[in-house]
Amino acid sequence: MAVLRARKTNNEADQPSSPVLRFGSDKPLKLDAGTLLSPFQIAYQTYGTLNDARSNAILVCHALTGDQHVASTNPVTGKPGWWEVLIGPGKIIDTNRFFVICSNVIGGCLGSTGPASTNPATGKPYGLDLPIITIRDMVRAQQMLIDHFGIEKLFCVLGGSMGGMQVLEWASSYPERVFSALPIATGARHSSQNIAFHEVGRQAVMADPDWHGGKYFEHGKRPEKGLAVARMAAHITYLSEAALHRKFGRNLQDREALTFGFDADFQIESYLRHQGMTFVDRFDANSYLYMTRSMDYFDLAADHGGRLADAFAGTKTRFCLVSFTSDWLFPTEESRSIVHALNAAGASVSFVEIETDRGHDAFLLDEPELFAAINGFIGSAARARGLSA
Amino acid sequence: MSVNRDQRVDLEVVANLIPPQSRVLDVGSGDGSLLELLQDTKQVDGRGLELSQRGVNECVARGLSVIQGDADKDLEFYPDKGFDFVVLSQTLQATRNPKLVLDELLRIGNRAIVSFPNFGHWRVRLSLFINGRMPVTKDLPYSWYDTPNIHFCTIRDFVNLCDELGATVEKATALDAAGQKIGLSMPWWFWNFFGQQAVFLLKR
Repeated sequence: MAVLRARKTNNEADQPSSPVLRFGSDKPLKLDAGTLLSPFQIAYQTYGTLNDARSNAILVCHALTGDQHVASTNPVTGKPGWWEVLIGPGKIIDTNRFFVICSNVIGGCLGSTGPASTNPATGKPYGLDLPIITIRDMVRAQQMLIDHFGIEKLFCVLGGSMGGMQVLEWASSYPERVFSALPIATGARHSSQNIAFHEVGRQAVMADPDWHGGKYFEHGKRPEKGLAVARMAAHITYLSEAALHRKFGRNLQDREALTFGFDADFQIESYLRHQGMTFVDRFDANSYLYMTRSMDYFDLAADHGGRLADAFAGTKTRFCLVSFTSDWLFPTEESRSIVHALNAAGASVSFVEIETDRGHDAFLLDEPELFAAINGFIGSAARARGLSA
Repeated sequence: MSVNRDQRVDLEVVANLIPPQSRVLDVGSGDGSLLELLQDTKQVDGRGLELSQRGVNECVARGLSVIQGDADKDLEFYPDKGFDFVVLSQTLQATRNPKLVLDELLRIGNRAIVSFPNFGHWRVRLSLFINGRMPVTKDLPYSWYDTPNIHFCTIRDFVNLCDELGATVEKATALDAAGQKIGLSMPWWFWNFFGQQAVFLLKR
């Protein structure tokens, strides 16, 4: 089963089961690394209908290991879309009303050009021959997708975590194309601690002998152990101590007593191993390296002479930021510093901090206060944009 | 939100001072009543700053642009003259440094509107004078030990502070216990005695 899924992931890289937009040599993607990516492709999903005025489009930006299947069944895992609690017919983001677009980011592994995609120059997967991809590169590509739809201005761009970084980049790079922006549980830069966790993950992947310097496909292997460990470490950062304790405590896994060995005695160990194992079935190890790197490199203030407010100078975009009390990956202070910068830029900004013990991952869960905030923000923005209810 | 919400007769007085389509920052927006009133009746471009997370979440759910923040700490992040009006309604007495806050309001807004409960009102004086107790009234329902209102002032005190900060009082209104405006012709001492709440329009 795992092998089957692995092959499926690999197929998705070149021939995704979602729509895909291919750009030939006449339309290369300019990368921050200083090179051009060409040809390249963007895999995406859409939900709902674009209105005649093309004013009801919402772009959803996915997080580190997310994909374009935001509100429909994932072809690899068979599970529901990753944000179906929020997006769909009659949901808070109502696809009967809005045209929702979500694309796999460049560097990803579900159909947009990434390290698992075939390098046309060699006929083999790119592996580490793919240039480093930045958040800005991802957004530049998304912008080409939006052009394809003939959309001048997006009604809203939203996303959490790495998706939130893309939202900030969108609002900063293309302010005239973003009517409202909703960055959730994110930061304007990756903190030293966050880079540290990512580095642990990358080293775990690279330490796996099956990684083969990134050329594992050519060896018929995949660094599953390394990637699983990377995911286990990362997963801890998505939760909180309180939530872990509430869910698992020191409970034992299918046993009455400690075994005095290194089996998964504790439920939390078993849970993390499961998280690691299921992750490698659906995600490409090299893509994980690229995704984590893109977040590490993100520093919006540095791109604007060290002053974050300058990233939003003169913006007309309406912002709403959301953070969670127990998120220690992107603590509230990260959002607050963005809010201060937006204030200094004279921007229209709302900011809510949601009380929850569910940590960073809270943005993906059913959080009534989060939904109330999104609902209020989207509703008032829609009125301001002249979109009927 | 430091004063009993039902008693907010000052809201309309504040709203009447603001012309349509103004850019307004409401410091201490509470549950968003004033901002909503201003948006509905004056179509203002309104923003809010509110200390309590509960209030902020309520405001955002109502579609208002409000952020969580502290008037004592977060006003410094706003640019000079970024707003036509900065409103501080019934919040001054709950700030740690009212002088600094008022100074910031005058910096951020072309005009500042400040409303506050008058501690010089006769009931307050009477409570201290006769009972020897800190006053607890309908407007100020807290006991001394749990009140968020840590810097009360009288109308006279406030006028002095405005002088000190170089602010001009363009308009002042005092409301009596029934929420009625006290006649303009009355002298300050009369306002200070019978005004339960005061609303000031300031400029510097």
